[in-house]
Amino acid sequence: MSLLEVKDVTMQFGGLTAVTNFNLHINNDEIVGLIGPNGAGKTTCFNVITGEYIPSKGSVFFEKKDITKARSDQVTKLGIARTFQNIRLFKDLTVLENVLIANHLNVKSNLFTAIFKLPKYQKEERQMYEKSLDLLKELKLERFKNEKSSSLPYGLQRRLEIARALATQPKLLLLDEPAAGMNPQESIELMKLINEIKEKFNLTIFMIEHHMPVIMGVCKRILVLDHGLTIAEGTPKEIQTNPKVIEAYLGVETIA
Amino acid sequence: MSKKVITSLILILITITLLIIAQNNLDSFSLRILNLCGIYVIFAVSMNLINGFTGQLALGHAGFIAVGAYSYSLLVMDPQLKEMNFFLKPLIAPLNTVHWPFLPALILAGLMAALAGFLVGAPALRLRGDYLAIATLGFGEIIRIIFTNTQSITNGSLGLKGIPAPDKFLFFSMKNSLMWWVWIAAIITVIFHFLLIDSSYGRAFKAIREDEKAAQAMGIALFKHKVMAMVISSFFAGIGGALLASLIGTIDPLMFRFLLTFNILLIVVVGGMGSISGSIISAISITILMEVLRALDQGFMGLPALPGLRMVVFALLLMSVVLFYPKGLMGNEELSWNKLMNLLKKPLLLKEVKK
Amino acid sequence: MTLELFLQHMVNGISLGSLYALIAIGYTMVYGILRLINFAHGDLIMIAAYIAFYSVAIFSIPWYLSFIIAVLFTMALGIMIERSAYKPLRSSPRITVLISAIGVSFLLQNLGIVIFGGRPKPFQVPELFSKVYEIAGVNIVSITFFIPIITIVLLLGLIYLINKTKVGMAMRAVAKDYDTSSLMGIDVNKIISTTFGVGSGLAAVGGVMWSMKFPQLIPFMGVIPGLKCFIAAVVGGIGNITGAVIGGFLLGLGEILLVAFLPELSGYRDAFAFILLILILLLKPTGIMGEKIAEKV
Ligand SMILES: Nc1ncnc2c1ncn2[C@@H]1O[C@H](COP(=O)(O)OP(=O)(O)OP(=O)(O)O)[C@@H](O)[C@H]1O
Ligand SMILES: [Mg+2]
Repeated sequence: MSLLEVKDVTMQFGGLTAVTNFNLHINNDEIVGLIGPNGAGKTTCFNVITGEYIPSKGSVFFEKKDITKARSDQVTKLGIARTFQNIRLFKDLTVLENVLIANHLNVKSNLFTAIFKLPKYQKEERQMYEKSLDLLKELKLERFKNEKSSSLPYGLQRRLEIARALATQPKLLLLDEPAAGMNPQESIELMKLINEIKEKFNLTIFMIEHHMPVIMGVCKRILVLDHGLTIAEGTPKEIQTNPKVIEAYLGVETIA
Repeated sequence: MSKKVITSLILILITITLLIIAQNNLDSFSLRILNLCGIYVIFAVSMNLINGFTGQLALGHAGFIAVGAYSYSLLVMDPQLKEMNFFLKPLIAPLNTVHWPFLPALILAGLMAALAGFLVGAPALRLRGDYLAIATLGFGEIIRIIFTNTQSITNGSLGLKGIPAPDKFLFFSMKNSLMWWVWIAAIITVIFHFLLIDSSYGRAFKAIREDEKAAQAMGIALFKHKVMAMVISSFFAGIGGALLASLIGTIDPLMFRFLLTFNILLIVVVGGMGSISGSIISAISITILMEVLRALDQGFMGLPALPGLRMVVFALLLMSVVLFYPKGLMGNEELSWNKLMNLLKKPLLLKEVKK
Repeated sequence: MTLELFLQHMVNGISLGSLYALIAIGYTMVYGILRLINFAHGDLIMIAAYIAFYSVAIFSIPWYLSFIIAVLFTMALGIMIERSAYKPLRSSPRITVLISAIGVSFLLQNLGIVIFGGRPKPFQVPELFSKVYEIAGVNIVSITFFIPIITIVLLLGLIYLINKTKVGMAMRAVAKDYDTSSLMGIDVNKIISTTFGVGSGLAAVGGVMWSMKFPQLIPFMGVIPGLKCFIAAVVGGIGNITGAVIGGFLLGLGEILLVAFLPELSGYRDAFAFILLILILLLKPTGIMGEKIAEKV
């Protein structure tokens, strides 16, 4: 079944066209990759899907619903969660608080029920804590639950971003370069983790990644962007041998 | 019962005991300062909610305080008093005949201020950072200018005189009912804010302060939550304004200039943006300091009277805090036993390490 | 309304508008470079006015010299403020810098009260600027003409400085991209100081002209013009000099015409600027000349 549908999206910033006629179709249960040289427009695609930017042209549908002009909080409520390329945790807050905050969108108690801690809210709060702790356990972050999130090492901060995104209970998870700054060992763990959470939470995943082993190891289907244009789409094998892709990467970095 | 609840109860009991002692021993000048402290606690804690916890630099507090002060005064003054006050232009009906008791007037004053908070916040909170600051400052000034010009409602620049203070605390005749009202209101304000910050909504506010975009990506509706914080903040500002009016007994639009907002901002920054206990400590110390330093303006110990010197001291204080201790007294942490203990232990530990 | 009266209002509006424009340019320049609302900008108006006042009243030097002294002193003060109150906070959150700026503003105002006294002082307007001319049945004080002329001359000078000189190009570079400019070897600190100097100088000229138009000095005299000119800068599109000029004229003309056509609203004269500000911010948050920039995520 079709989950996400991006139709002819073009995104312009003043005179600069970051993405041109981008099309994408993701079915339930897929893991799709998006690659491309620096500045190709990958993150911009994410920002269009999540409602951060409204595209200059084209539209975005999620579960057949037009979300082209939806705000990013509305998009998250519908079931799309994301991580950020340049980690954006709530730095001054603890690891646990970071995850708890991502539960807020599902809180049913109103402000006063919550402030006066009426039974309905107490129950919700308890569930929130349990779920958050489970998630932290799942992602092996439980030990750090009371640490300030900015005090975690880089790799764990990325993992916390994933935990936080999962706490919003998404159907579709967007990962923006989750392996950036990780060593090979960490990247392998990350690949395992991505596969695990996909099964466990019934996710569909759309990810940007520069790290070829990771993307080849996880994704069945890959799109390649260059200067905002989609220059190729196919299985990892097809992409690796596609001359256009090799050319786009030449002089920038080689596909390892 | 959790440790937190017990500590809070103990703290409240201590406060009440101190108030009983104060009531019986302080002269009227000191009592007035004590009341002012309580009112500034309300102002600071409520401003901290929007500025410190939610991270929205809103500078319209004086305007909301004015709305509270005027609403309260117009409700509690008796018709005869109103007629004496409004000698240039009569007060419009039905305000000229209403005469409410203290508590309902206090609450309505808060609600009116909350309404003002909503009316200001709904457009202004679409803006961010400096723009928000200047727009809210503008709104605060607009409120004041409106009050100066609506002679038949506010008595314009003549202001209101003879605003009565409550003669009873709830049903009890107390020696100093206003002091009880002020401090009970302050305690309720503090508890309310602690509970709020401790809830899921409070966490959402903090998330907005930390990183607006990330908060939104977590499904938090920014605008709704910012308006919520603003409305609550202005409600308590209104309550504080009502209490201020009944303490001072005279109000006019000039009292609610930006200077008032500046004083509260000073308190919040010194106490620590995002720390309720910081705001409380800072509100009490700075209010006392402000009254004591009045001597500077009037000349003391052989120094000539130098009006303005007091505010020079406060401006310097604000700047030194911002430049050298940008986190203020408490940063965004709360005071707790554990921390106090740690603070005491630290020097000892250091000594041991040195050995 | 007779034609004469209308013309009189127009002349007054243009004169006030160009005064606003001059002061607004200083705001816009500083904002363009540091992304900071320099709350103290308005108080520099007051400082300049008092210095001009005292150097004539106490040292009885000729007025043109006193004006020059006032401008130079205010420029130095502006640079000093930046060095001591803003520079240490370059990497702090914006909210902190803004609070520091509010602190400076209050410090200057209250130092003003301590040093100059809180009572209003009458400003001695030189004869050249206080002559009354009658033109086509309209009475106009000569300062009303001088203000737009001086503003235009200074504006032309500024445009030359920004577009044709090395310093000006560096200013534009820093305003556009702070980090890159410092990597390119531009002495960013020097450029920021220069910007503050120029901005404060314009505020000082504005302050002296202000006190000739409204010849009464009090330590809080800078607050309202400060706020209004900031609003003019925002309305025009902050960071944009043409915008500041447009905003200044819009505000000056609007205010005068509001009072002229709706005298019953004259009590709301000072609210007009704020209402205009809020309308603009809601309709076009980047101001008339500003460009929309989407924040990168
Ligand atoms: N808000 C914005 N305003 C202006 N230009 C932008 C904005 N966001 C992105 N761009 C531009 O769009 C282009 C694509 O940027 P994008 O961040 O999508 O690239 P990317 O493929 O994610 O690159 P990287 O691998 O470096 O993350 C770049 O030239 C960038 O400068
Ligand atoms: Mg990117």
